[in-house]
Amino acid sequence: MCVGVPAKVILKKEYSAVVDVMGSQTTVGIIFVPEVELGDFVIVHAGQAMSIVDESYARQSVEEWRRLIDARNSEAVK
Amino acid sequence: MLEILKQSSNPEICRPLAEAVIEIALEFNRKFGRKPAFMEVCGSHTMSLARTGVKQVLKNEVNLISGPGCPVCVTDQRSIDAMIALAEGENRIICTFGDMMRVPGSAKTLLDSKIAGKDIRVLYSPVDAVRVAEENPDKEVIFLGVGFETTIPILTLMIGEAEKRMIGNFSIWMTTKLVEPVLRFLLDAGEVNLDGFLLPGHVSIVLGEESYQYLVDEYQISGVITGFETAELLSGIYKSIELALSGQAAISNNHPAIVSKTGNQVIHQWLDKYLTNCDEAWRGIGVIPNSGLDLKPEYDQFNAKKRFTVDVGEPRKTKCRCGEVIRGLIAPNECPLFGKACHPINPVGPCMVSAEGSCAAYYQYMRESF
Amino acid sequence: MEKYISLAHGDGGELSHRLIRDVFIEAFGDGNAAMFDAASVAISASKIAVTTDSFVIKPIFFPEGSIGKLAVAGTVNDLAVSGAKPVYLTCGFVIEEGFPIADLRRIVTDMANEARKTGVKIVAGDTKVVERGCADGVYINTTGIGVYEANIGCSLEFEEGDAIIVSGTIGDHGIAVLAARGELGITVPITSDCASLNRMLEMVLQHTEGVRIMRDPTRGGLATTLVEIAEDFNLTMKINELDLPVKKEVHGVCDLLGFDPLYIANEGKAIIVVAANEKDKVIDLLREFPEGKDAVVIGSIIGKDKGQLLLETPLGSKRLLTRLSGTMFPRIC
Repeated sequence: MCVGVPAKVILKKEYSAVVDVMGSQTTVGIIFVPEVELGDFVIVHAGQAMSIVDESYARQSVEEWRRLIDARNSEAVK
Repeated sequence: MLEILKQSSNPEICRPLAEAVIEIALEFNRKFGRKPAFMEVCGSHTMSLARTGVKQVLKNEVNLISGPGCPVCVTDQRSIDAMIALAEGENRIICTFGDMMRVPGSAKTLLDSKIAGKDIRVLYSPVDAVRVAEENPDKEVIFLGVGFETTIPILTLMIGEAEKRMIGNFSIWMTTKLVEPVLRFLLDAGEVNLDGFLLPGHVSIVLGEESYQYLVDEYQISGVITGFETAELLSGIYKSIELALSGQAAISNNHPAIVSKTGNQVIHQWLDKYLTNCDEAWRGIGVIPNSGLDLKPEYDQFNAKKRFTVDVGEPRKTKCRCGEVIRGLIAPNECPLFGKACHPINPVGPCMVSAEGSCAAYYQYMRESF
Repeated sequence: MEKYISLAHGDGGELSHRLIRDVFIEAFGDGNAAMFDAASVAISASKIAVTTDSFVIKPIFFPEGSIGKLAVAGTVNDLAVSGAKPVYLTCGFVIEEGFPIADLRRIVTDMANEARKTGVKIVAGDTKVVERGCADGVYINTTGIGVYEANIGCSLEFEEGDAIIVSGTIGDHGIAVLAARGELGITVPITSDCASLNRMLEMVLQHTEGVRIMRDPTRGGLATTLVEIAEDFNLTMKINELDLPVKKEVHGVCDLLGFDPLYIANEGKAIIVVAANEKDKVIDLLREFPEGKDAVVIGSIIGKDKGQLLLETPLGSKRLLTRLSGTMFPRIC
């Protein structure tokens, strides 16, 4: 439905920000995420930041995947 | 943070995760004597499931059905013909997302018009269209506004910008689509049997987790908000099967890092300010009441449909079965044209042309031969 | 001298004469060849390779390259991957009226430098000028002549298990040029990979046996070129997504715009298919050159009957790759 890419805010202006996407830079609008701060990761769609990535939730997701895998492994041992 | 985000495509996580999904799918199979079936609502899911190989890896255990989530594909033929006809007018600059360029109209594509000398520009950041209008005051600049909830807010930004800078030669041809009405249509029609939906991660940024409660309350069906990377897709499917096994319908947010309970409220304010519900025609479905958003009457000056009239005849009839593909009734390769008369180079229907169209995804990523 | 090209520079009269003398001969050196209608050159081989290529690029100058460098390297590479040693080039220019002569000089200097580096001689040339608006700055056609040395070359005989090697990261040129156009507002800290590969590939051919085929994956990218090899020789080839060398910056831009690095153009990369037991040696040889420092094995030939290219995903599934179909447009969905 919509391409969205995580990008790190490296320079914040009033309505726009320069973001880094794995070493390449581009300017995106930040009107929809006024609370964004330097260093935050945002999801970019068609030149606009749509959402700020919540690091603790992102971490939780990864931990959940690992738990899922570990649970399977320990079951396999039994 | 980047390290955390990268984990979503780490094969050391993804491979065992895929095995875990297969295992729980087999458990479902043992219990119900069939494969669990889910619809990925979002075209980007269709594309990611195919590109990452998730769909391939799970093909024997999980039935993943593509839904009506590719904005180009669901646009009905008459609207597409209208947009192409719009480009025929004199003294116009048509700005569009790249996705629209090769969509076949009844007679030709936008790309054909461009080749014939029409000024048609592909923009990545649509707000640039307002700048194009400012730089070309003697031309009418029209943006082709297709999209679902993720893209629609960006269209309102353009109106805001044109309003602020008092640009009179800019307008949008709105033909936007909303997720809820089409999901309701599919569920009411009851044509596909589903154990749940994989809900679109990026649209959900705007809508929020709670907006899907109607699925549970009115239709007793589950939905899992799912991201687009391999591990996100797999865990979304895992959760969907888990819910299906529990027999309890629920909405689960499997992408909480970017999707909140109530969605992006700033975006809601923009939508409320400029837009109002309207009926929209969907390919293969017809008009669904209140299934799109159009500019409020006070913004008529930016509404291309109010400013320009285009004549389009009856759309050309083809054997293309995109309409049924969109509704999840047939798989792309069940269409008689698939891979033969209809091919990415010479697409007959929009599902073959849009990168996230079910047919294109199937053609590019799902064919195999060993 | 005038600052801009005018139609008179292409009419064969005094201005044409001065342009040739002051720009082309100045850079390419050999004034004698310009005295005749055709260049006479000596060849010491019983078999030669001939190739021709036209160069149109926007922008004309881009990070680490220009249309001039490209016009030499591109044709040299076509000869080099054919197993021939490039010796002579000709060049034809179509220039738009109003093109700055300083830019033309820069382009011609780039061509001369690249030719010197690769050891080819530019022996004949032609210039035409078209009215403003009839061309986009400058177009260059180069024709290259290479010689085959006895007992050195590609066997074109393939075996199951043959290794597929790419000489470095993919997509650099396409993304660098796209960013240099400035239309997308993206800054990319990478440069075009535009480079002549003849010395590196000569070394590979001289010091190894079992090279089956070499190709340069330019337009259409790595996937398109590999599909062509697979179809032309009826081979089933498999490459591994995890082994593909892609710079993270290229990856980032592709993610943003919805592009696939497999289909982005390269201008200084070679694909080499080689016998499995020689693959390490080829990699070692390639890595001795700056253009080959990121060389890796990306896959192998797994059959000799289907004429297909397969990609193994990180999950272990396989999918069929096809040629690039149509221009890539940045997309939102």
